[in-house]
Amino acid sequence: MADAHHGPNHDYHLLEPSIWPLVTSIAVGILLFGAVLTFHNNPNQPEGLMATLMGARWFILGLGGAGVIASVFGWWSDVIKESRQGDHKPVVQLGLRYGMLFFIASEVMFFFAFFWAYFNFGVTEEAWPPQGTDSFNPIDMPLYNTVILLLSGVTVTWAHEAIRHGDRRDFLVSLGLTVVLGILFTCMQAVEYFEAFAVYGYGYNAEGVVETYPSTFLIATGFHGFHVIIGTTFLAVCWFRGLANNMTKEKHFGFEAAAWYWHFVDVVWLFLYVSIYWGIFDRG
Amino acid sequence: MAYAADHAADHHDHKPNPFWRWFGSTNHKDIGTLYLVFSVITGLIGAALSVVMRMELSEPGVEFLVRADGEPNGHFWNTIITAHGVIMIFFVVMPALIGGFGNWFVPLMIGAPDMAFPRMNNISFWLLVPAVIFGILSAVVGGGAGTGWTFYPPLSVTQPESMSVSFAIFALHMAGASSIMGAINFITTILNMRAPGMTLHRMPLFAWAMLVTAFLLLLAVPVLGGAITMLLADNALGTCFFCAEGGDPVLFQHLFWFFGHPEVYIMILPAFGIVSHVVSTFSRKPVFGYLGMAYAMVSIGFIGFVVWAHHMYTVGMPTNVQAYFTLATMVIAVPTGIKIFSWIATMWGGSLRFTTPMLWAIGFIFLFTLGGVTGVMLSMAQFDRPLHDTYFVVAHFHYVLSMGAVFAIFCGWYYWIGKMSGRQYPEWAGKIHFWTFFIGVNVIFFPQHFLGLQGMPRRYIDYLDSQAFYNAISTWGAYLSFASTLFFIGIAIYTLVAGRRVGDNYWGDGATTLEWTVSSPPPFHTFDDLPQIDPEAAH
Repeated sequence: MADAHHGPNHDYHLLEPSIWPLVTSIAVGILLFGAVLTFHNNPNQPEGLMATLMGARWFILGLGGAGVIASVFGWWSDVIKESRQGDHKPVVQLGLRYGMLFFIASEVMFFFAFFWAYFNFGVTEEAWPPQGTDSFNPIDMPLYNTVILLLSGVTVTWAHEAIRHGDRRDFLVSLGLTVVLGILFTCMQAVEYFEAFAVYGYGYNAEGVVETYPSTFLIATGFHGFHVIIGTTFLAVCWFRGLANNMTKEKHFGFEAAAWYWHFVDVVWLFLYVSIYWGIFDRG
Repeated sequence: MAYAADHAADHHDHKPNPFWRWFGSTNHKDIGTLYLVFSVITGLIGAALSVVMRMELSEPGVEFLVRADGEPNGHFWNTIITAHGVIMIFFVVMPALIGGFGNWFVPLMIGAPDMAFPRMNNISFWLLVPAVIFGILSAVVGGGAGTGWTFYPPLSVTQPESMSVSFAIFALHMAGASSIMGAINFITTILNMRAPGMTLHRMPLFAWAMLVTAFLLLLAVPVLGGAITMLLADNALGTCFFCAEGGDPVLFQHLFWFFGHPEVYIMILPAFGIVSHVVSTFSRKPVFGYLGMAYAMVSIGFIGFVVWAHHMYTVGMPTNVQAYFTLATMVIAVPTGIKIFSWIATMWGGSLRFTTPMLWAIGFIFLFTLGGVTGVMLSMAQFDRPLHDTYFVVAHFHYVLSMGAVFAIFCGWYYWIGKMSGRQYPEWAGKIHFWTFFIGVNVIFFPQHFLGLQGMPRRYIDYLDSQAFYNAISTWGAYLSFASTLFFIGIAIYTLVAGRRVGDNYWGDGATTLEWTVSSPPPFHTFDDLPQIDPEAAH
């Protein structure tokens, strides 16, 4: 062994250097810098560097956002390329499964914070939603949304069965349906948000403050909606990869990860539906 | 324990060119080095801030931190303590212990060629750079964030026109994303990439420590993410989660400490791992009670999630809730005691060598125990209430962190620098560094117990004349420790440039883990042939 001029004698994936982590970090920094400027836009800013930056805040925000999207695109294109050239041996695929699983676990804990806030007010306030809150009827639009998401859970499972049997046509049909249902959910949420803003005066009361109930409602459903958009995008990418014959009977972890993620946003919605749309804490 | 498989490495030790090697790295050793360099730089900034604080407190009255008109500038003081806390916790201790030593030695100890996700490993590091820039911006733009590292509302949301708090919050968002990705990487690496034959119960204790740490990060940091996102919305978008009018400021404290208490174990568990290896090496004995040591860390991790409200006994919790948190907190002393006694039992009857890393390890055990004992005292709600937010608490957590976690960082540095660089530090210089630092930090923090018992509040720019004596002593300790830290920088530079070259296992028989089977410094890619672990071998 001592004189061998061999490469690695194992199945792990050793990567070539990559520029994407650095580019992504810089883009995230620019994006958040733009966000701070936008949040604290002060028209009375004294002349100087800060005022110039303030004037360019939308440009900075857009530059950062475009940078993040471009790096994500470049980075994950590399991952797909490596997968296609056979770098993802079974042990590496197992690692990707662990990675996705633990990522979802961390996402669960992120929502944990918002549910904690919601239930905190539920047990400390006199009545929650507060007396006189014009909240949504749970068996109206929220119920349709629940049905849409549960249905999309069925179609994504259908897609999984199809790809496991190598049925590309069924895979594309069922996954396409899932993406359409995801987009439909987002549109319905958008309609609901316009109604919510109408009720809450576009979020702000006469003193320019969003009251506590709309705050908790909007942050929990808002981050859920954001995750639905991410999940829909993830599934749509898998659809295009399926179209390009990139998903096979044997190797389709990218799709499985998207499906896991989709089930996760589905379950979060069920908790939201039961506790926020249905839940009434009234000790009056 | 295993045989060396890497003698041929030099033949295919192709490093990328310097730009790609350091800016696009996908190599766990290089990324570990980046983390260590980063935390040395931020550590000097954090230490310099603490010297400014001790200078101001050296005498009663406000001398240095004044406005142009000579009036005390209390907000500037608050900004400095905030920056000191945030930098030391998120940008010094965590990057050094987890990113630095974790990256370097978890793959080496478990016989893995690299981390599971090498590219994600690199963004975990690079996200810290904009994060620390945002941290600095939060102190210099918009008047400075003077909230303390805990960001308690309503104070943190009282100045919505200032950008400072938003910069600080985004700094934590980025550092948090970096930590979560690092955690996913460590868990996957440890679960999926251990060398053949290395079952979890044969895994070195440092890898165990990092596994538990990674789970704490994975489950605690996102809760902080949610909490500071709501805080950001309160501060910048006009929502009311924590605001005084209708919101609930105590809710933020709950969410913060649900993260914050696991966070203190995140900082100390890797230290436990390093100290275990160093004590075992220089006692030339296997660690006493290996499984007990591993599961003590696991139980510390579990219990660490259910004790958070002992940081907030004064917010008006019901008495039975306080009784619960007192009891649960005291239970943590049991697994911690298992660790302390097992280290002592490891040394018992061993062939002890008091090298520099061993001195840091013994110093760690001694001072961490002192901080742990004051911790048990403070866990009692009725004892904590009069001492809440006094210098007694400051002394307590600096004993466990700046003498616990920081001692372990130096311990790991002296233990492994020969392995990482191929060059050894001068032993006499390491000993001088240890003794000056050991005396320095004790002179700073031991008198602070008395100041706390006298009722001196923390986070305050001035104090009563009667507290001048202990404050003066404390400040002299800060000068000594800072001088000692500068001396360490000298040692580090000397070692890297002109240190004596060392072989694979320069500590001899006591050092049994896999990193001692590869060359010093290790080849660019280690374990091209995976090591086989003898199922009969000791730990």
